[in-house]
Amino acid sequence: MNPEVRDPLVRPSEVSKRREVQQERSKERVPSQRGRDVVLEHLTAFYGDNPAVSGVSLHFKANDVTAIIGPSGCGKSTLVRCINRMHEEIPGTRVEGKVMLDDVDVYGPGSDPVAVRAAIGMVFQKANPFPTMSVFDNVAAGLRLTGKKGRDLNGRVESALKGAGLWEEVKDRLDRPGSALSGGQQQRLCIARAIAVQPEVILMDEPCSALDPQATLRIEELISELKTRYTIAIVTHNMQQAARVADSTAFMLNGELVEFAPTDKIFTNPSDSRTEDYVTGRFG
Amino acid sequence: MIGRPPLARLPDRLVKWGLAALSVGILLLIGFFFVRLYIEARPAFEKFGFFGFTFTNNWDVHAAHFGALPLLVGTLITSGVALVIGVPVAVATALFTTEFCPRRFRGPLAATVDLLAAVPSVVYGLWGFFVLIPKLRPAEQWFSDKFSFLPFVGGHVAGPSYFIAGLVLAIMIIPIVSAITREVISTVPTDQKEAALALGATRWEMIRMAVLPYSRAGITGAAMLGLGRAMGETIAATIVIGNAPVIGKSLFDQGYTLAAVIANEFGEAAADPLHRAALIAAGLVLFVMTLIVNAVARGIIVRGPARERGTASEAFGATG
Amino acid sequence: MTAIAAIATRRRRQDRVARGLLALGTMLALIPLALILYYLIVKGIGAWSWSFFTTDPTGSFFGDPGGIKSAILGTIEIVGLATALAAPVGIGVAIWLVEYGKSNPVATAVRYFIDVMTGVPSIVFGLFIYITLVLSGIGGTFAGWKGAVALALLALPIVTRSAEVVLVLVPDTLREAGLALGAPRWKVITRVVLPAALPGIVTGVLLAVARAAGETAPLIFTATIVKTSSFDLGAPMNSLPAQIFSDVGQAQDRLVTRAWGAALTLVALIFLFTTLARLFARRSAVR
Repeated sequence: MNPEVRDPLVRPSEVSKRREVQQERSKERVPSQRGRDVVLEHLTAFYGDNPAVSGVSLHFKANDVTAIIGPSGCGKSTLVRCINRMHEEIPGTRVEGKVMLDDVDVYGPGSDPVAVRAAIGMVFQKANPFPTMSVFDNVAAGLRLTGKKGRDLNGRVESALKGAGLWEEVKDRLDRPGSALSGGQQQRLCIARAIAVQPEVILMDEPCSALDPQATLRIEELISELKTRYTIAIVTHNMQQAARVADSTAFMLNGELVEFAPTDKIFTNPSDSRTEDYVTGRFG
Repeated sequence: MIGRPPLARLPDRLVKWGLAALSVGILLLIGFFFVRLYIEARPAFEKFGFFGFTFTNNWDVHAAHFGALPLLVGTLITSGVALVIGVPVAVATALFTTEFCPRRFRGPLAATVDLLAAVPSVVYGLWGFFVLIPKLRPAEQWFSDKFSFLPFVGGHVAGPSYFIAGLVLAIMIIPIVSAITREVISTVPTDQKEAALALGATRWEMIRMAVLPYSRAGITGAAMLGLGRAMGETIAATIVIGNAPVIGKSLFDQGYTLAAVIANEFGEAAADPLHRAALIAAGLVLFVMTLIVNAVARGIIVRGPARERGTASEAFGATG
Repeated sequence: MTAIAAIATRRRRQDRVARGLLALGTMLALIPLALILYYLIVKGIGAWSWSFFTTDPTGSFFGDPGGIKSAILGTIEIVGLATALAAPVGIGVAIWLVEYGKSNPVATAVRYFIDVMTGVPSIVFGLFIYITLVLSGIGGTFAGWKGAVALALLALPIVTRSAEVVLVLVPDTLREAGLALGAPRWKVITRVVLPAALPGIVTGVLLAVARAAGETAPLIFTATIVKTSSFDLGAPMNSLPAQIFSDVGQAQDRLVTRAWGAALTLVALIFLFTTLARLFARRSAVR
C-alpha cells in the first residue's frame, strides 16, 4: 500500500487548500449546535430478497458534512434513503439494523416515519418543487403542515430562503410558480423548503448532478454554510465535489462500506486498495 | 432501374386508398346523420321556433304543443344529482385504490368497480324500479317531511322520481369517472409524492399536497365525461323517473328527461309527424349538449398514457 | 430529550378520518354492485327453466307468458351481425390511422370524431338509423338488420380505439424488418403487424360485443319488439334488452319474473364476454 497515492484524480494540494478556505469561513460563524449525530448500526436494506445495502455501520458527526461516494449501483442512494425512512415507501422493501438519531432509533418500535421525516430533511437529485404552488407556498408547504400561519409563517419562509441563498433573487416574485425558476434556483428552492421545517439532519442525494457548474458551485458554498446548523450527508458521484465540501467521506462498493475516513485521507492515503482504485479512476 | 411493375403496386394502393375512403367515409357518415337529424326535426323548430321549442314549459302531446323545457330541466336535474353523488364516490374509490389499497388487491378492486359498467342500462332500470324505489320510499318520505323547509323538498313521495333517477345514474357513471381518475392519479410523478413525504407529511397530507392539485384538471375532465353519460342515459332513466312531462316541484317528484321522452313516446308518435319531429328535435338538442360536454371534457383530460390505458374502461359506455 | 418531535394528534386523526372516508366511498361504490347481482340471482334464477330458454314469449297477459327463446336468438343474431359489420370496418379504420394516416390533418379529424362517437348517447344512434333506414322505408319498416347497423355504429369506436392502441404498440422495428425484406406494405400489415396486435384487437371486439348486447334504445326504433323467433334479419326481431324493457312495463308478476330471468341471462352473457376480453387483454400485455 502506497503511503502516497500515485496520480490521484484529486491533488493533495487542492484538497488542503480548499479545506483551509472552509475552515476560515466556518470560524467566522458561531456554531449553533443544531445538528445531531446520526449513527448507522449494521444497516441492511432489501429490495425484495436482494440486499442493496449490507451491514453498514457509519457515524455522521453532528455539524459535519459527510460524503458518500462509490460507483453506480453501490447502494449509496439506498443507504441515505434509509436514514429518513423513505426507502420503505417503495413496495416490497425491508430494512434491518438501526439508525440512531442521538439516542433514538429511527426504526424503533415507537417510531413514526412521518415524524422522522420532519426531523431529517431530504433534497433530491432532480429538483422537485410542487408545480402547482408558488415559490412562497413551496417553502411554506412543510410549515403549513404543522399549522404555522400569518407573520410567523412569513418570517420562517423568509429566513429559509435566506438560508438557501435564494432570498434576494425571489423576494419580489414570491407568488410566481416554483417551476418558473432556473434549475439551480429550483434546487435551492427545494433546499429552502427542506430547511424551513428546521430539521436536524439534511440528506442530499446527488443534488447537483442535473445542474451546470456555476449552479453547482453556489450549492456547494451553501452546503458549507448550512453545516453550521445541520448535520449533512451528501451522496455524490463526483469525487471532486466530495473533496470540496465534505469533512468525512465514506466509500461504498456493492452495498458494503469499504472505508470511512476524513476526506483528505480518503483521497490522498486510503487504507483499502479498492478505495485507492476508485479514487484514482481505475474503475467506476 | 429497380422498381415493381405497376400492377404489383396495385394492391398496396388499393389498400391504402380503400382504408382511407373508409375512414373518411365515417366522418361523412356522421355529418350526414347530423344533417338528416336536423331535417327531420325542422318541422318542430319551425312551428315553435328554436328557443320556443327548447325553453317553453309545455310538453302537451294531446294539444300538439311541444315545449321541451320540462325535459331539459329533468335532464339537468338528474344529471346534477348523478354528479353530486357519483363523482365524490368515484374519486374516493380511485384514491383508495391507487393510494391506500394493498398492492395485490388493487387490480381486482379496480376490475370489480369497472364491472358496474358491464351491467346494461335496462337491468339498472329493472333493479331501480323493483328494488330501489320501494326500499327507499320510506326514507325519502321521512327526508321530505323532515326537511320540507328546504327549497325543492317536500310533498308526497310517489316512487319514481328525479332523485331515484339521479341515484341510478350516479351508480352508472361511477365506473367511468373512477377509471379515468385512477389513470390520472397514477400519472402523478413519484418525485412529487416523495417531496411531500420527505417533508414529514402523512399519507393524506401527501395526497392533498401533491396528488390532488396535480390531478385537478384530469378529475374535472372525468367528471364531465360522467356528466355526458348521465345526460344521454335513456332506458334506466325512463323506467325510474315516472315520465311526467312537467317540472316537478320537489326532488322526489316524477319528471322527464330528453332521452326518456324519445324512448317512451316513440310508439305513439309513429303516426303523428309533428310529434315525431318534436321527439327528433329533442334528440337533436340532447345530441348537441352531449357533444359539447364531451368535447370540453376531452380537451381537459391529459392525453397520452391516460388515454391508452383508459380505452378498455371507456369502452363500457352503455347509455341506453 | 428525544430528537424527534411527535406528530400532532390532530394530523394523525385527519389522516385516519380521511382513510376511513375513502374506504367508505369505495364501499358505497361496491354495495350497489353487490345488491344488483344479489337480486338478479335471487329473482332471476327462479325464472330459469328448460322451457324458459326454449319457448317464445306468448304475448298473453294472463296465463302462460312463455320463455325468452326469441329474445336470446335475436340478440345473438343482431349482435352477431353488428360485430360482423363493426369489426372489419373498425379495424380497417384503425389500420389506416396508424399505418397510413398517422398525424396528417385528415387522420387527426377522423380520430377526433371517432372519439366523439364514444360519447354519443345510444338513443341518438337509434334515431339516426330510424331516420335513414326505417322512415325512408328501405326494405320495409322495422328489421333486425337495421338494429344491427345501429349497434354497429355504437361498437365501431370501441373497436377502432382499442385496435389503434395496440397497433401503435407494435414496434416499428418489426415493420421495418418486413419492409426490408422487400414485402409490400399491405403484406407487412397483414402478415406482421396484425398478428402481433391480434390479442388486443380481439379484446376490443369482445368489449364491443359486450356493450352492444346490452343496448336497448337503438333497438326499439329499429328492430322493435316482437314475440316470435326468427332467422329473418329482414323482419322485426326480438332481443333480450328489448324483451326485458317490454316486460318491465307490465304490471304482472309472471312477466316481471321473466324480466328478472332474462336480465340474469343478459348479464351472464355480458360478464362472460367481459371476462374473455380481460383474459385476452392480459395475454396481449404479457408478450
